[in-house]
Amino acid sequence: MSTAIDQPRQRPLLVANDLRKHFPLKGKLFGKKSVVQAVDDISFEVHKGETLGIVGESGCGKSTTARLLLHLIPPDAGEVVFDGKAVAKPDGITPNALYRQMQMVFQDSYASLNPRLSIAQSIAFGPIVQGVPRKEALDRAVSLLERVGLAPSIYANRYPHELSGGQRQRVNISRALAFEPKLLVLDEAVSALDKSVEAQVLNLLGEIKSAFDLTYVFISHDLSVVRYISDRVMVMYLGKVVEIGPVDAIYRAPRHPYTQALLAAMPSMSPRRRTEKAPLSGDPPNPIDPPSGCRFRTRCPFAAPVCAEKPPRLVTQAGEDPSHRAACHLYDPVAAHPRAQEVRHAQPLSA
Amino acid sequence: MEIFILRRVLYAVPILLGVSIVIFGLVQLSPGDVADLLIPPEAPKEVAEQLRQKFGLDRPVYEQYLLWLGNLLQGDLGVSIFSNQPVLGSLTSAIGNTMKLAVPAAILGFALGIILGALAAVGRGGWLDKLLSGIAITGVSLPHYWVGIVLVAIFSVTYNVLPAQGMGPGGVPTGWEQIKHLILPVVTLSLIPMGVVSRLVRASVLEIINQEFITTLHAKGLLSGRVLLHIAKNAAPSVLAVMGLQFGYLLGGSILVETVFNWPGSGNLMNLAIFRRDVPVLSATILALATLFVLINILVDVLQALIDPRMRR
Amino acid sequence: MTTAHAAPVPTDVEQVLARAQQGIGYWGRVWERLRADKVTLVVTAVLIAIVLMAVFAPLIATHDPMTGSILGRLKGFGYQGHLLGTDETGRDIFSRLLFGARLTLVSGVLPVVFALIIGGLLGVVAGYFRGGVNTLIMRSMDVLYAFPSILLAIAICGILGSGLENTILALTITFIPPIVRISETVTAQVRTLDFVDAARISGANSATIMRFHVLNNVLGPILIYTTSLISIAIILAAGLSFLGLGVTPPDAEWGLMLNNLRQAIWVDPVLAAVPGVAIFITSMSFNLMSDGLRQAMDVRV
Repeated sequence: MSTAIDQPRQRPLLVANDLRKHFPLKGKLFGKKSVVQAVDDISFEVHKGETLGIVGESGCGKSTTARLLLHLIPPDAGEVVFDGKAVAKPDGITPNALYRQMQMVFQDSYASLNPRLSIAQSIAFGPIVQGVPRKEALDRAVSLLERVGLAPSIYANRYPHELSGGQRQRVNISRALAFEPKLLVLDEAVSALDKSVEAQVLNLLGEIKSAFDLTYVFISHDLSVVRYISDRVMVMYLGKVVEIGPVDAIYRAPRHPYTQALLAAMPSMSPRRRTEKAPLSGDPPNPIDPPSGCRFRTRCPFAAPVCAEKPPRLVTQAGEDPSHRAACHLYDPVAAHPRAQEVRHAQPLSA
Repeated sequence: MEIFILRRVLYAVPILLGVSIVIFGLVQLSPGDVADLLIPPEAPKEVAEQLRQKFGLDRPVYEQYLLWLGNLLQGDLGVSIFSNQPVLGSLTSAIGNTMKLAVPAAILGFALGIILGALAAVGRGGWLDKLLSGIAITGVSLPHYWVGIVLVAIFSVTYNVLPAQGMGPGGVPTGWEQIKHLILPVVTLSLIPMGVVSRLVRASVLEIINQEFITTLHAKGLLSGRVLLHIAKNAAPSVLAVMGLQFGYLLGGSILVETVFNWPGSGNLMNLAIFRRDVPVLSATILALATLFVLINILVDVLQALIDPRMRR
Repeated sequence: MTTAHAAPVPTDVEQVLARAQQGIGYWGRVWERLRADKVTLVVTAVLIAIVLMAVFAPLIATHDPMTGSILGRLKGFGYQGHLLGTDETGRDIFSRLLFGARLTLVSGVLPVVFALIIGGLLGVVAGYFRGGVNTLIMRSMDVLYAFPSILLAIAICGILGSGLENTILALTITFIPPIVRISETVTAQVRTLDFVDAARISGANSATIMRFHVLNNVLGPILIYTTSLISIAIILAAGLSFLGLGVTPPDAEWGLMLNNLRQAIWVDPVLAAVPGVAIFITSMSFNLMSDGLRQAMDVRV
């Protein structure tokens, strides 16, 4: 499913600029209030027609990022720019206007549907709120059900508890499509499904992407699924972007030590690639009190003193594809990492 | 943990202030002149003047409130319009008498409630469960003051074994002369706590049993001591909370039973105060009982946190 | 839609929906379970009977509930056509029970209804908005919670005066805090579910979301709790009259009758107990009905 993006640079459809979200913790009566630094000054772009995959482990901030993009939670700092207009800022677009163009599919297929509304009612709710007349909204709901492979004569008047997980997720996709959006954020949309069902839903997603000319942001912790569906991939760790680039580059030649470890941990179908020791050591650090400088340094085999002093910048490697960037001092000549030489000639991982 | 206790206690302060404001507000809203409510009509002129000063009756409302609050905190609960006596004295002895009812009623009600609830849970679905649940729901649906009347009708009027009214000789109940006056009111009061606690215990125990032990219980057929302890520890927090609440209701709600049995407790004091429009006594009693209720709730919260660390918010 | 599809798109969507298979929603399942629950049906029938008796009291009563002769006071069952005897001033107890049902039911049920509307609204708002609004509402309720329930009612009636209006006011205020508390708890739970977020990203405002997504999900637990309150309300209302704080004589009300008939204990103990039986049956019926409702609503969907 990887299509190369080769058209000339046009304005990206979605841009995140220095998004930050910290959650304060209810704590002691006196003393410093602690915060969870869920998302810390991240920036990225999504181009029209592509699928950007966002991967990372639990707690890395993926879901918070999704909610920030949809303005479900307001950012502490930074902005989201859709099609050139900043969201919820003066001279930009309002969240309501954003929702006509950008929608989200949630992970928990059951919790994302109101148990008291029928399927058709759930799907039609959004358009009705946006001003579409009731009959037309229901019409849209029925035809969308058809489109995702759920016969309206069977499913339109049913209730969520009468459907299976995969069917519910199709309903959720219809619900998002009912707005006729340009971009869909899929937050772990297939993670809770059985593998066979997952495959069907992924195929459906691929179909409708071309049929409706959509752009996807696909968030998942499942590396193989992300590889299958994405054009570009962004790797997150503890609220920061650690690597971003075209999917093949990331999976074949990961630069950031965290990405390398993550990919090394992927089970492989090839019997020649057996993992002997665990790629990552140590416990994941506390998001409440992240390490200074580079957040990965406590588990990084390449950690050096400079890693504790300065947070790394997203940099490309000289002579390589500029769209592939990693946030690591190893690749930043300015940082003068003692082991920078080792990676300059690193071998790409075999597929 | 200490911080939790401190926070909990500190939190009670604005609550108690709120309570005092509510009571003060009610008095202000009551029909008639506030002065008539607070100053005994036959009081000599100088005393009336003194009281006027103390309550600040010609000053703005919020000043009156502050004066009243100040008096309260110094232990001065006002003077009864009816008896011209300071309220504090009669209030403390009245509350003491209510305790004589409330404490045994609580113990009886809780003990019976726990036993019945546990039995019902163990025999769930069977005839024992249905019977005990029926008893529990009856306990909660009965107007307990009516039960008191019925008990009096049976034991005093018809069979004449127990006294219908009064507390008998005062002091700590030791001899039969005193205890016989206690029996009927205590049993009457214990009904509602018994009903409420037994239903809660049944529900909590069932929930715990369903969680983990079904296979074990089926295999063993009996409950071993360790299992019982585990069940008790898990059920304890919510049962404790309810027991605390029920004890508070016993204190505050004893008025009905005390009316039936003419028991000289705080409830009876309130009753007389209502009858005589004796606002200082009435408001002081309500304030005292509400304060006790708040203190009991703090105690319950602390106990809960001790038993179940998850509750330490 | 100009692209041609393989299957023809049906023109009338209303027809499509009308002919589509009907699923059974939550309330449908609740209704099925209720219908099958014999105890609840019996109890509901009893309650309807009581309400009808109260409504048609003037037609069913055998005597005038207000008049009686001292000569015929405290007579037993069946005396001279008095089905349940006479009270302390000679009035017919049966007729007074019928008329008393009106006042007892009104002073028991009405406060709960008012408290449900006010408390439910406050609780849902507090649970949905969280933050400052929540703190304000819940802390105010905490102050009222500091009073054991009957004490609050006594405080209001005792200080402000007795009578039916004050009784209804007092009981309404007494019941608002617990209803607020349960509404807030349930709403806060529903608030965290994804479908509320999905509704938010449809551009709906808070009022719309609360109306279409929150309310129909929290109504169940709130209703169960509220119906269980009615049985307590009736006992409390009668209790207030028993203390002389509620309905005033010579009106007929069960609690008031209970108090007045206490003197009958020494003459005819059974007479003294009669009004209490009425209170008990009514309260018990509401309790059982609420239990039945709870079991029916405990549908695993």
